[in-house]
Amino acid sequence: MTARYTKDHEYARADGDVYVIGISKHAAEQLGDVVFVELPETGKTFKKGDDMAVVESVKAASDVYAPISGEIVEANAAIVDEPAKVNEDPEGAAWFVKIKAADASELDGLMDEAAYAAYAAES
Amino acid sequence: MRYLPLNAADRRQMLDVIGAGAIDDLFADVPAKSLNADFDLPDHLGELEVERALGRMAAKNQAAGAGPFFLGCGAYKHHIPATVDHIIQRSEFLTAYTPYQPEIAQGTLQYLFEFQTQVAALAGMEVANASMYDGSTGCAEAALMARRVARRRKAILSGGLHPHYAAVTRTNLELHNDEVVIAPPDPTGAEDIAAMIDDETACVIVQNPDVFGNIRDLAPIAEAAQEKGALLVAVVTEAISFGAVKSPGEMGADIVVAEGQSIGNPLGFGGPYVGLFATRQKYVRQMPGRLCGETTDAEGKRGFVLTLSTREQHIRRDKATSNICTNSGLCSLAFTVHMSLLGEAGLRRLAMLNHEAACKTADALGAVPGVEVVNQSYFNEFTLRLPTNVEKVANALADQGVLAGVPGGRLWPDDPDTENLLIVAATECVTDADIETFETKLREAF
Amino acid sequence: MAMNAQGRQTRADAFAATDAPTFTGNKALQIEEDLIFEIGDFAGTGVDLPEPAAKESRLGDMERTSAIGLPGLSEPETMRHYVRLSQKNYAIDMGPFPLGSCTMKHNPRLNEKIARLPGFADLHPLTPEAQCQGALEVIYALETWLKELTGMPAVAMSPKAGAHGELCGMMSIRAALEARGEAATRTRVLAPESAHGTNPATAVQCGFTVDEIPADKTGRVDLAALKDMLGPDVAGIMVTNPNTCGLFERDIRAIADAVHEAGGYFYCDGANFNAIAGKVKPGDLGVDAMHINLHKTFSTPHGGGGPGSGPTVLSEALAPFAPVPYVVLEDGAYALVETRRAAKEEGESAKSLGRLTAFHGQMGMFTRALAYMMSHGLDGIAQAAEDAVLNANYVLARLKSEMTPAFDGYCMHEALFNDRFLKDTGVETIDFAKAMIDEGYHPMTMYFPLVVHGAMLIEPTESESKRELDQFCDALLSLARRAKAGEADVFKAAPVHAPRRRLDETAAARKPVLRWTPPVAEAAE
Repeated sequence: MTARYTKDHEYARADGDVYVIGISKHAAEQLGDVVFVELPETGKTFKKGDDMAVVESVKAASDVYAPISGEIVEANAAIVDEPAKVNEDPEGAAWFVKIKAADASELDGLMDEAAYAAYAAES
Repeated sequence: MRYLPLNAADRRQMLDVIGAGAIDDLFADVPAKSLNADFDLPDHLGELEVERALGRMAAKNQAAGAGPFFLGCGAYKHHIPATVDHIIQRSEFLTAYTPYQPEIAQGTLQYLFEFQTQVAALAGMEVANASMYDGSTGCAEAALMARRVARRRKAILSGGLHPHYAAVTRTNLELHNDEVVIAPPDPTGAEDIAAMIDDETACVIVQNPDVFGNIRDLAPIAEAAQEKGALLVAVVTEAISFGAVKSPGEMGADIVVAEGQSIGNPLGFGGPYVGLFATRQKYVRQMPGRLCGETTDAEGKRGFVLTLSTREQHIRRDKATSNICTNSGLCSLAFTVHMSLLGEAGLRRLAMLNHEAACKTADALGAVPGVEVVNQSYFNEFTLRLPTNVEKVANALADQGVLAGVPGGRLWPDDPDTENLLIVAATECVTDADIETFETKLREAF
Repeated sequence: MAMNAQGRQTRADAFAATDAPTFTGNKALQIEEDLIFEIGDFAGTGVDLPEPAAKESRLGDMERTSAIGLPGLSEPETMRHYVRLSQKNYAIDMGPFPLGSCTMKHNPRLNEKIARLPGFADLHPLTPEAQCQGALEVIYALETWLKELTGMPAVAMSPKAGAHGELCGMMSIRAALEARGEAATRTRVLAPESAHGTNPATAVQCGFTVDEIPADKTGRVDLAALKDMLGPDVAGIMVTNPNTCGLFERDIRAIADAVHEAGGYFYCDGANFNAIAGKVKPGDLGVDAMHINLHKTFSTPHGGGGPGSGPTVLSEALAPFAPVPYVVLEDGAYALVETRRAAKEEGESAKSLGRLTAFHGQMGMFTRALAYMMSHGLDGIAQAAEDAVLNANYVLARLKSEMTPAFDGYCMHEALFNDRFLKDTGVETIDFAKAMIDEGYHPMTMYFPLVVHGAMLIEPTESESKRELDQFCDALLSLARRAKAGEADVFKAAPVHAPRRRLDETAAARKPVLRWTPPVAEAAE
């Protein structure tokens, strides 16, 4: 399955039985040079829309919301050590967390790639 | 009016360029009945008249340097080298704004970096910020920071914490309906604050030397706090003590808050002062206030910028670590210049001179019949117990030109147990003659 | 004749320009300067103190034994170090400092002299009342000026800065709600999108949540939208007036009435009071609380970022909740009310919110501000407000041919532009600002307020002469033309003449270096 996007610029992509979560390329560009990332601990659970992580550039701080409810099974320590990676490859190597979804159907309401591209161009 | 460069012809010409008929056309959005309100205030005065009027008010006050002086409790009389006041009055420091344009504010930024380094070293901590309003507001900010770090909502305040600091901290925590426990004042410094820490405690706040002058060992309190997952906030109101007493960092404090007035800043009836704020590297993102950091410019030259601003109100808005917007800029410069002159060697010597003055004063006053020195240990401030209400004694001595110390009743007006206590500070400014006068007058006072 | 063979050339020939680096890295009056830790002697000192007598220590076995690690510099080294640093700063004494919302006006030196009188500077905050009557008189006199200028019945003097004054005002509102038994239900505070960041931060620090009031097309509070947001859960509003777009809120009375009708309070951010001081009483506009930045309106020096001072005026409804300590005049003598209980005894209804700081507030700023007020008098204060507004409108009028004002019509004391005139030039607001540095000016406030794209907010204040303003405007017009003429590279490179080129804020934030540390080799010893 390809990635699904929220209006707040997070994506969720299926990877086996978990979902890979991160911020979109568009969001990474808008933020500017990312200088700091704070990720949740593994084992924590979130409801869809909860504040889950923080991403900061020099002049902006943004909360990252959980695009889907579930439990954190892995956090990407590499982007905490090197936040610049978020600018380089946000939808690839610089994913934020992996979530074990409580209800995969929550993704149905999210945008697909084309819809998100149109949404991002507008905003 | 000497401060306004425009003349009538300029004003007319400028209104023409603007296309307005009269100045009040520019105030057209103000409700008409509110514009040009009536004020009962006098018209302008020349320099001479202003100086005369304010000089008269100044003359009604008894300056610390005017006679024997022994007041402390959070504000201390020290000698300030002449260089300090010259430097802080330089236009480029005095009349600059917050260094938001680093290319033309390296002067301010570099001294802030030096200030942060000095403060961290004195406190024995890893990082310090560019200063808070003063020690008391810094103390409240430390409590707020501790509740963010520990994610708990209870603060325990030592009875040896300056009661005004305790009041400021309580006022701020009450806004969040947090639990604030303030231990009763104990002039001997024997309270067992470690036993009060429980699993709900976010922080325990202990002053050292405490408000009565006792020197405390913070290490066991730090251990007890750590065991329960709470933070130890160490408060220092007399910054000169850093030159003589083991640093809070060495004793395990998590946050160190201090009043920096003693270094470079005059008494000034309570402000402006400079709050020192230091902590561990791992908590830096939870820290309030401005931070200066090192970087390079486009040519690779070293330079300094304000950094980690995403913690602050102008970016984080409702999620900021604090609403604080200013630091104590010029007061931190005074601190840094004085500290640069002192160096470690000068600070240590100055601290021992203070200690010596206090020992002499305590010995002289303790020999007065009926007077007891309460402390086992002290730095430059100690507490006397008199056989009578000290407020009357202190006022009687003040009328004779001796500012004898701070009566317990002034700091704890609601606690009759403290009304026989007098808190006495002696710094390098105290002479043997001052001590003798104080002793003589005290003997006569009751 | 007696021939003097020592004659040297005393005319300047035209030489080829050179920007070859110097050996020292210095550029004439711009001198590179290391940190004190790299200059000073770690065993040295620049003060002469007597040797302490060797006596027994009463430090309770808690002596400091470890090294602190701080250098001491001799007096000439110290002087030179800080003078060199000072020369890397821009300052209001050097030229226009048009930072919008910051009111960088002239700082009279008389005020410095007054603040340094020993009776003020060398006075302990816990001096017995009989020995500090003059200091209490200063506070009382300043209170009288502030209350009269604002038309408000009470003022809290202890807030240490503008944001601290906001805290005081919002705490008063909270205390009033508590007294009404509504603190638990009235939890929302409304503030415009264009508000200073301190407003929402303060509201949250007081335990409130914040909702943004949208702006209308003219840059002012959308009254209809505000009315829709009001309800029984609203504690109050925080509105800056004149607002951060430099505009007076025309509907201010209606806004105040609507909020009061809904049971809330009106906090006014007084940052821009300079535009209306001596002309308009905020008390006439329905304000319940307003802080006054003495360091803006009343010229106490900004000092590179502080100290400030933020006395906060309070309405009849909020006055009983004022913080301690405060000064009262009883039988011809001034006295201090220092605790909540004492405040209660003072006035039956008083329920002081408590204490905001250890002592009486920024006394050093009170003496300066009072000297400013007495020097100006009412006539001078009103004239200063008029000149500040006149200067801003003059800048607006002169610049609108090349730059794009954010809103139509006159402004108050600051002129707001957006970045539309830079569209397709490749030059952004920040580049434009940095190019101003090379022209010898401190940039205006940029990217604030947030509601205007690429905002540039210019507040000249009343301290600028027409001659200075004309040169400033000519310089900005020239820059705007050059940006449009395709000189983007020049703007991107700016500043080139400042002590430093643009600094890498990304690197500073990614790996923060917040203090000097000894070089590794030395540390290993």
